[in-house]
Amino acid sequence: MDTTLSPNMDDTDHGHGPAKGMGRWLFTTNHKDIGTLYLWFSLLMFLTGGCMALMIRAELFQPGLQLVQPDFFNQMTTMHGLIMVFGAVMPAFVGLANWMIPIMVGAPDMALPRMNNWSFWILPFAFSLMLSTLFMEGGGPNFGWTFYAPLSTTYAPPSVTFFIFAVHMMGFSSIMGAINIIATILNLRAPGMTMMKLPLFVWTWLITAFLLIAVMPVLAGVVTMMLMDIHFGTSFFNAAGGGDPVLFQHVFWFFGHPEVYIMILPAFGIVSEIIPTFARKKLFGYASMVYATSSIALLSFLVWAHHMFTVGMPLAGELFFMYATMLIAVPTGVKVFNWVATMFHGSMTFETPMLFALAFVVLFTIGGFSGLMLAIAPADFQYHDTYFVVAHFHYVLVPGAIFSIMAGVYYWLPKWTGHMLNERLGKAHFWLSFIGVNITFFPMHFVGLAGMPRRIPDYALQFADFNAVASVGAFIFGFSQLLLVYNIISCIRGGERATDQVWEGSHGLEWTLPSPAPYHTFSKPPVVK
Amino acid sequence: MIKRVWHLPWIGWLVSQPAIAAWEVNITQGATAIAREVYDLHMIIFWICVAIGVVVFGVMFWSIIHHRKSRGAQARNFHENTAVEILWTLIPFVILIAMAIPATATLIKMYDSTESDIDIQVTGYQWKWRYQYLGQDIDFFSSMSTPREQINNEAPKGEHYLLEVDNPVVLPVGKKVRFLFTANDVIHSWWVPDLSVKKDAIPGFINESWAIPEEVGTYRGQCTELCGRDHGFMPIVVEVKTQAEFDQWLADTRSAAEAQAASATEEWTLEQLMERGEEVYNTGCAACHQANGLGIPGAFPALAGSPMVTTDMDAHIDIVLNGKAGTAMQAFAAQLSAVDLAAVITYERNAWGNDTGDSVSPQRITELQQ
Repeated sequence: MDTTLSPNMDDTDHGHGPAKGMGRWLFTTNHKDIGTLYLWFSLLMFLTGGCMALMIRAELFQPGLQLVQPDFFNQMTTMHGLIMVFGAVMPAFVGLANWMIPIMVGAPDMALPRMNNWSFWILPFAFSLMLSTLFMEGGGPNFGWTFYAPLSTTYAPPSVTFFIFAVHMMGFSSIMGAINIIATILNLRAPGMTMMKLPLFVWTWLITAFLLIAVMPVLAGVVTMMLMDIHFGTSFFNAAGGGDPVLFQHVFWFFGHPEVYIMILPAFGIVSEIIPTFARKKLFGYASMVYATSSIALLSFLVWAHHMFTVGMPLAGELFFMYATMLIAVPTGVKVFNWVATMFHGSMTFETPMLFALAFVVLFTIGGFSGLMLAIAPADFQYHDTYFVVAHFHYVLVPGAIFSIMAGVYYWLPKWTGHMLNERLGKAHFWLSFIGVNITFFPMHFVGLAGMPRRIPDYALQFADFNAVASVGAFIFGFSQLLLVYNIISCIRGGERATDQVWEGSHGLEWTLPSPAPYHTFSKPPVVK
Repeated sequence: MIKRVWHLPWIGWLVSQPAIAAWEVNITQGATAIAREVYDLHMIIFWICVAIGVVVFGVMFWSIIHHRKSRGAQARNFHENTAVEILWTLIPFVILIAMAIPATATLIKMYDSTESDIDIQVTGYQWKWRYQYLGQDIDFFSSMSTPREQINNEAPKGEHYLLEVDNPVVLPVGKKVRFLFTANDVIHSWWVPDLSVKKDAIPGFINESWAIPEEVGTYRGQCTELCGRDHGFMPIVVEVKTQAEFDQWLADTRSAAEAQAASATEEWTLEQLMERGEEVYNTGCAACHQANGLGIPGAFPALAGSPMVTTDMDAHIDIVLNGKAGTAMQAFAAQLSAVDLAAVITYERNAWGNDTGDSVSPQRITELQQ
């Protein structure tokens, strides 16, 4: 892309820098500060949710109950899921969006900066409330991150009310964040930045933001119905009162299925930025990438009931959801083929961000294969709610969403801090994570196929060996994340100066700025040719 | 086959390897025609995925090895090709159609639950299954029989650890059995891999599924929908017997039920009731209220010293028989016999230092149930 950067450090800037002290972070409306806050928050939540995962894996290392009681085990699985989805992956993507979207489209800041501050600061309160339920009488939520009624209504611990309010707050935050991103992309693009010149990360986030606006109210609706059932005597999900427990699942998954795409579409964007950089070649099939992403987003609204193949739908429903789900493999395949074609006849180097991006392509594709298997309804009866499903969605979400976030952080970190990261540490982090992830989640395919249900605190003896292996892998993966923390902190504090372009093959507006990116950018819009 | 005591878990794991016969990695081929068909379908999709994987990862690793800068590779300039892009949209589409055809055929067969020989209603409870053979006058509960000592690592684990029950569901070989699923409290899911039956049991709804077991044998499964604290301890055992053995089982089960009913009219001493009551309590009540009667604060009330079990006997009997709406306390009137109910109530009123000396007769329960 040919870009001309207008000088932005001129006298229009009046030297407005960040405020001093804590006030900078509390009251900031600067997209870079807010992006940073989101990213730190997400890292903290990632480590918290990770500790819960390690507690789960430690309990499952051997058959028998060793460390925790079943009720606490259920609280751990529930909180691990909720924290990773709403606290780690989503805020990390929003953080990257806040940091990068204005820079990538040549905007001075986000379109609605004050709302931006508000949408971040809701999150720490929401998660403090949610985590505090663990210390309440009766314990925290213990009904899985999907919180199926009536287990989560009639049979739930009293703390479920606080959980519902926490979910409402997360929803507010997400919707406000999404509105802000859409407004920024549609209104603040630099002259010449047509829609079909948008960087793919921006495109995928635009589509994701629409998904968020469409489905977060559905989540808010379903938890409000729960609240009514619990406290106001309604019977939405209570069969004894004429309600329908399956209604909960339909409404939940109408939110939940697009939600899992919310957690992967921005990942597609990040990887589509990184692979061309390190292959030193333009992304293959830019237009088909945009169309594929849009098709995936549209299809995501039509397939929710594939999470419910065993609830007893009529045959026609089962067939419809099976066919629609299988269809998603087509645009997803196009994306994978395009990435591979981008590498084909490139001139590749393998810096840390590229390693994570390549691992993303391979492991996400494996997750896609198991997803295709799960789409086949008759076979799904044997896979549903087993560890095969756990393996599938962890392949999609850990080496998928989370590896892409790590790739993005390593890729843009020099631009944020002005320092190159420690490549040797970065590579060590990559290899330990890569090996750890596979040792953890690959055996889960086997125990699942052999018949181990998910969400059980103890298991029959034939599942013992693979579970022991998976637990060892989880600890390797978990502890290797300390390298990431160390690397980020040392990159902020110093290191080799980064050039403006940072990476040899980098492209796009963000690389025309100085490193570190100035506090205020593009007070005069750059012109994109 | 799988008998290990781990002193040093990790080392134990390494040295025990040669002794382990099974690192099971695949789904079962099953004991019904449908299960075999599902297995074949699963293998077809699996190999298609493997083939696609080999092609995609092959090209990718070829590029990683040969088109790297350190080998002097120069990036070429191409970045789109409409023909190629259309082609790799259409080919996967065709592959998907090829997968969808056998999947549809199998699914249609699985949905045909007509013309059954036997109908069994399966009801999920927290955390046990109830089996009613419709029109056969057979009705019983099935709970996990693995002792808590094995789960808490206080006793060596048996061969069928967590996959064994007190009353298995019994089926005749070669007959079409239709299952009707429902639940009493939360959603459960009844899964026996060898029959390839997994169906949610949902309160207020009836789901159906069926199987024709082709071989005599014992098949094991578990509840697969998170249903609360003891979700992991809700196994299913299916025993497939020959027709003659099945008929014998039907007769035996009926006469056992009659004997049970007859015992309700007998006189029971406090000691007899206490002994029986402890057994019933440990199977049916201890999961929530704990074996020591102390409950779990905030979740399940304590029974030791509770006014409910030390003073008001009518309220105590009522809550055991009819449960408490809106809580996890189930109605046990239909689940337990009059003798068991009388015994467990008597036990609760005298155990853990409650020592009321009260004794409830089975006759009194029978009267209340009528």
